[in-house]
Amino acid sequence: MTGPLALLPEYLSAHVRLTLAALAAGVALAVPVGVLVSRVRSLEPVVLGLAGVIQTVPALALLAVMVPLLSSLGLPGIGVLPALLGLVLYSLLPVLRNTVTGLHGVDPAVIEAARALGMTGRQQLLQVELPLALPVVVAGIRTATVWTVGLATLSTPVGAPSLGNYIFGGLQTRDPASVLVGCAAAAALALGLDLLVSAVASGVARHRPALAAWTAGGAGTGARPVRVGAKTFTEQYVLAEILAGTVRQTGRPVEALTSLGSTVAFDALARGQIDAYVDYTGTLWTTLMGRTEAAGMSRQEVLAEVRRWLLRRHGIVVAAVLGFENAYCFAVRDDAARDLGLRRLGDLAPLAPRLTLASDYEFFLRGEWRSVERAYGLVFRERRSMDPSLLYDAIAARQVDVVTAYSSDARIDALKLVVLEDDRHAIPPYDAVVLVGPRLAREAKDVLAALGRLEGRIDVQRMRALSREVDARHRSPAAAAADFLQAARAVPPRDAGAAAPAPAR
Amino acid sequence: MIRVEGLTRRYGSTPAVDGVSFHVGAGELLALVGASGSGKTTTLKMINRLVEPDAGRVVVEGRDALSLPPHLLRRGIGYVFQGVGLFPHLSVADNVAVPLALLGWPRERARRRVLELLDLVELEPALAARYPAALSGGQQQRVGVARALAASPRVMLLDEPFAALDPLTRDRLQQSFDRLRRQLALAAVFVTHDVAEAVALADRIGVMRAGRLVQIGRPRELASRPADDEVARLLDTPRRQARLVAERLGADR
Repeated sequence: MTGPLALLPEYLSAHVRLTLAALAAGVALAVPVGVLVSRVRSLEPVVLGLAGVIQTVPALALLAVMVPLLSSLGLPGIGVLPALLGLVLYSLLPVLRNTVTGLHGVDPAVIEAARALGMTGRQQLLQVELPLALPVVVAGIRTATVWTVGLATLSTPVGAPSLGNYIFGGLQTRDPASVLVGCAAAAALALGLDLLVSAVASGVARHRPALAAWTAGGAGTGARPVRVGAKTFTEQYVLAEILAGTVRQTGRPVEALTSLGSTVAFDALARGQIDAYVDYTGTLWTTLMGRTEAAGMSRQEVLAEVRRWLLRRHGIVVAAVLGFENAYCFAVRDDAARDLGLRRLGDLAPLAPRLTLASDYEFFLRGEWRSVERAYGLVFRERRSMDPSLLYDAIAARQVDVVTAYSSDARIDALKLVVLEDDRHAIPPYDAVVLVGPRLAREAKDVLAALGRLEGRIDVQRMRALSREVDARHRSPAAAAADFLQAARAVPPRDAGAAAPAPAR
Repeated sequence: MIRVEGLTRRYGSTPAVDGVSFHVGAGELLALVGASGSGKTTTLKMINRLVEPDAGRVVVEGRDALSLPPHLLRRGIGYVFQGVGLFPHLSVADNVAVPLALLGWPRERARRRVLELLDLVELEPALAARYPAALSGGQQQRVGVARALAASPRVMLLDEPFAALDPLTRDRLQQSFDRLRRQLALAAVFVTHDVAEAVALADRIGVMRAGRLVQIGRPRELASRPADDEVARLLDTPRRQARLVAERLGADR
């Protein structure tokens, strides 16, 4: 093939070399520094602060500033060196932060035991603390991997060849095909390396040099821990702990793998890398099943289709429908709702040309938005995209008038926001469902039954309250989940039939 | 086996432990009792130097504990505590084998020793491949005891090892432990705030208050010749509770 693809091997291999070198150096630097910081607590604010500041410098600027800096030191200011240095600095923060977090997360009783058994500081670190912190450290390395692959495209302007050559070249020459090739290759590379890192890490974790092997067979299959996953927000962390606690009641060991990306979690489940996590019917519906329309369909109907699709296509079982939705919804301040008489989304239509709507980065690109626009004829004065964590600040400060919120978010209550009713069902239902992977569903009926008892046990108020425990009261997700499980044990499980989420919508 | 002389530890200017001295012979169990903050745990942790003493001497099996590197000292002393502290990433067998690995035992010998230890603490060999999270609280502490005994220490330190267990499990573990420590002739220091437990398990009891060892002696001696009113009341608590329980249960019949 001629044209842009002819250069792919050259750019791709340069990109891979640059990325891997930067990552290797970043990890080699960040992990020891993370260990040091976890030992000398007074260093923590300084070191993490510094790494955080580096992170705030725009990536392009960081790479660009290396050019004069290196030149003034008499080093080659153009080429691979400035790109490499910039990328190393950028990859530090996630690895550093996760190393520190992972080490702090080790149970103090375990550390006391390690000391009392006569481990040296080094043995304690290598045999106990780092292995226990490993999943968290790996999550940091995976974040750094994805970032670095993306940022390495910016090394083209400082003179290092990369997939960025396609993108910058394509921009200059108005050649969209070339830009697309660069983007697609970078994205594919990011995914590939991310998988590679996680595969290597789970290989390391499985290869335990100790005495594990010879005892296998003694206790049968009960030994492999059930792996519970979570996406990257508070609600998910709490739910993962609830799933973990529920599985633990069956007497099986549990391992939690949190902070998986949205579709990463699903892929991991389908491939058996995790055994269970919570997802939302609407997300599965739009992003995985590729459906756009849900108008007129009830929660039950969408749920039933999702359930069928999961089982047929992936062998994944919906173990429980928790009883709440985490849907995209439109929210306004309560005073605005009162003054403007807003109750339903349709009430916005005449006022929208005077109002500003804010949402997260992806919503305006998703099918849900097109469907809302069509159903209600909404034309806002301005539409703004921002980080989801800023949406609530923005509406609290009256900088925007309407935001898209997540219906189970505790901040809806905290900020007294009013959720506008989607009476024309433009947005699909987002029932939270406990998904169980094919292997576990087949082999562990007891786990399936235990998780099934969560059916209908978490309504939206309960979910908001649990998230608030973590976000506002700074308790750990595990502690919030423990309270829930304690309370749940006191109440006899409801009939599965009675728990079915209700009304037609 | 364990000799402690003038042991002192200060936090700031207040002494947490103030001039404590005692001796525990082979096969003997000394229980330290006292209120929270009386210094009993700090005293215990100074014996294996999880806490470093500010003054005083510790002699374990004839060797000056303060002249050894702490990790070598600890390898010769069993330690069991309320938090158990099993390593969650290791199977039961690997947990028990940790002290053996630290001593460089070959794998096959360690394997046999682990099975022997599981038997000693009355655990099914089938549990060897399980992970700690899959065990009950009582089973976990049995593994904790097996791990502490792995390297055949002659000295044991126990810090409220059964406090977090339900009464029936606690009772069973107390009996197992009592049998074990006699069978192995361990010199043991046992910290507890449960006087009944101390009376049931200990050869001698040391009563601590505000960092000082107020009285030390056989349970019967403490009960018959208490050093002061508080010691008398303390030693009388199990009896008072037993009387109350008997009355209540009797009244129902």
